[in-house]
Amino acid sequence: MKIVVCIKQVPDTTEIKINPATGTLIRDGVPSIMNPDDKAGLELAVELKEKHGATVTVITMGPPQADAILREAFAMGADRAILLTDKRFAGADTLATSHALAGALGKLEFDLLITGRQAIDGDTAQVGPQIAELLALPQVTYLRNLSFDGKKTFTLERETEEGYQVLEADAPCLVTVLSTARKPRYMRVKGIVEAYQREVELWGFEQIEVAEEHLGLKGSPTKVFKAFAKASKAPGEVYEADPEEAVGIVISKLKEKFII
Amino acid sequence: MDFNLSKTQILFRQMIQEFALKEVKPLAAEIDEMERFPKETVEKMGPIGLMGIPIPMKYGGSGADTLLYAMAVEELSRVCATTGVIVSAHTSLCAVPILEYGSEEQKMKYLPKLASGEWLGAFGLTEPNAGTDASAQQTTAVPDGDDFIINGSKIFITNAEYAHVYVVMAMTDKSKGTKGITAFIVEKGTPGFSIGKKEKKMGIRGSATCELIFENCRVPRANQLGKTGEGFGLAMKTLDGGRIGIAAQALGIAQGALSETVKYVKERKQFGKPLSAFQNTQFQLADMETRIQAARWLVYRAAMLKDQKVNYSSEAAMAKLFAAEVAMEVTTRAVQCHGGYGYTREYPVERMMRDAKITEIYEGTSEVQRMVIAAKLLK
Repeated sequence: MKIVVCIKQVPDTTEIKINPATGTLIRDGVPSIMNPDDKAGLELAVELKEKHGATVTVITMGPPQADAILREAFAMGADRAILLTDKRFAGADTLATSHALAGALGKLEFDLLITGRQAIDGDTAQVGPQIAELLALPQVTYLRNLSFDGKKTFTLERETEEGYQVLEADAPCLVTVLSTARKPRYMRVKGIVEAYQREVELWGFEQIEVAEEHLGLKGSPTKVFKAFAKASKAPGEVYEADPEEAVGIVISKLKEKFII
Repeated sequence: MDFNLSKTQILFRQMIQEFALKEVKPLAAEIDEMERFPKETVEKMGPIGLMGIPIPMKYGGSGADTLLYAMAVEELSRVCATTGVIVSAHTSLCAVPILEYGSEEQKMKYLPKLASGEWLGAFGLTEPNAGTDASAQQTTAVPDGDDFIINGSKIFITNAEYAHVYVVMAMTDKSKGTKGITAFIVEKGTPGFSIGKKEKKMGIRGSATCELIFENCRVPRANQLGKTGEGFGLAMKTLDGGRIGIAAQALGIAQGALSETVKYVKERKQFGKPLSAFQNTQFQLADMETRIQAARWLVYRAAMLKDQKVNYSSEAAMAKLFAAEVAMEVTTRAVQCHGGYGYTREYPVERMMRDAKITEIYEGTSEVQRMVIAAKLLK
């Protein structure tokens, strides 16, 4: 089986700084991590590899420093890593990102394409579904569990607000995974030792065959109107009370504020 | 000369810090309080490769260097010194001497299981009458057919009771003094080998520290480690490496105490302002940080020298001597900065202060380290 996992490097903090002129994130000085939903997706892929035998390819689009999460993916068990990076991809919204990724993914063979549900920096949950549309793949979103019959069919549990649905999909298909679907493994020390000895493939504009008008700022219909940091909330009030008394306090407070 | 960590070291530190924070820190207070060996942590560390960091991949290890190993012990000890010493004794005192002195058969038999964490390792040198004077070994090993028969006892053995493999020193020829000591690999369950009294300790209370008892314990000749009569040298060289582990443990304890103190002094208010606003507090923090950084470079340098395969005895001794004294000083100051709360178990600094003390004692007391350092100067 061939599995491709799309991963993204995101800032690991609630104190995200935004460039007021462009409305885009300032990444310098903010620690970066692999997006949690994507990391759970990678765990799922590595588990499938261990159980059924598979090659796991990770791909990310981002600046050169996004290389770090590809090394992390190697240390978690990925076999191949591709960094999609080009000045012409810069400033992309979700649509332009999906065009670039779909262009690259179109060059790869896979039975299962995994993305995270959404990234913690943008929270849009659009890239996975857009890739599926561009590549005309069946898609199952909000995945909380997945199993494979060893031939060509995946059984998928899709979380909904009311509960969950159980679906089946044949390969090839795309799934978007929730961070709660799997607890990602820790990087293996052996994998860390080897991570920087391995090759990360660099792909740019030339490799993906996507028209320039679909890429980067040019290909991004989304215009940021205003970006601002959320004001932090005032500290809450703390009461020490037994459960019965506590219920009374909570209800009176909610009434006080006309919430109930 | 480069004081920057490599990308590999940065990636490793990211993993080990996350592991320490999520898996080790939550147990630290409880295993100390209950004197409980954290078996579940060892089981988690095995698959990640933390039980065989400097063991080559061909023997099932992680194939990393001593510096990465020292960083692991540092980060584990930063949140739990017990976990730090479990890894250090297992790796430096059992897996590494088998790697460095074992036959190919012994390496193939023991290292994959030690490196995977399936088996835990320990080391037996100290006896009731052979502490700092380790040459005064009374445990004997007498050849008998294809075996050796071991009699005697060892004390203060880290990981005992939970370990499967013990590297043990015994006298094979008393007339030759230190040249009459030989090393053996003794497996758990060998008839005549049993675990004695478990010590109740001031610190590192989650680590098991017990007596080893040998009563006509029959060990196959194939389990002799290294050459006959070279056990004392093997033990001393092994302890040189072990000191890097303990120095890293001390460094971690000190760093942990400083991190807790920085957090506390920003929160705690007296006279209408946080403790961090007082210059005395700031000077305390500055002294602690400076000493810790100095200790860190001594520890990392000793580890790098070991990997360069040059003589590092003196550097390892300096690293352990200094880091242990820094750990004691920093944890004592950390408790002082916490005031009355620091003396209680509500905060981890009192545990860290108790844990720090052992680093000035085991694997060679601070006095022994001074002997090693001075001996090289006066040679």
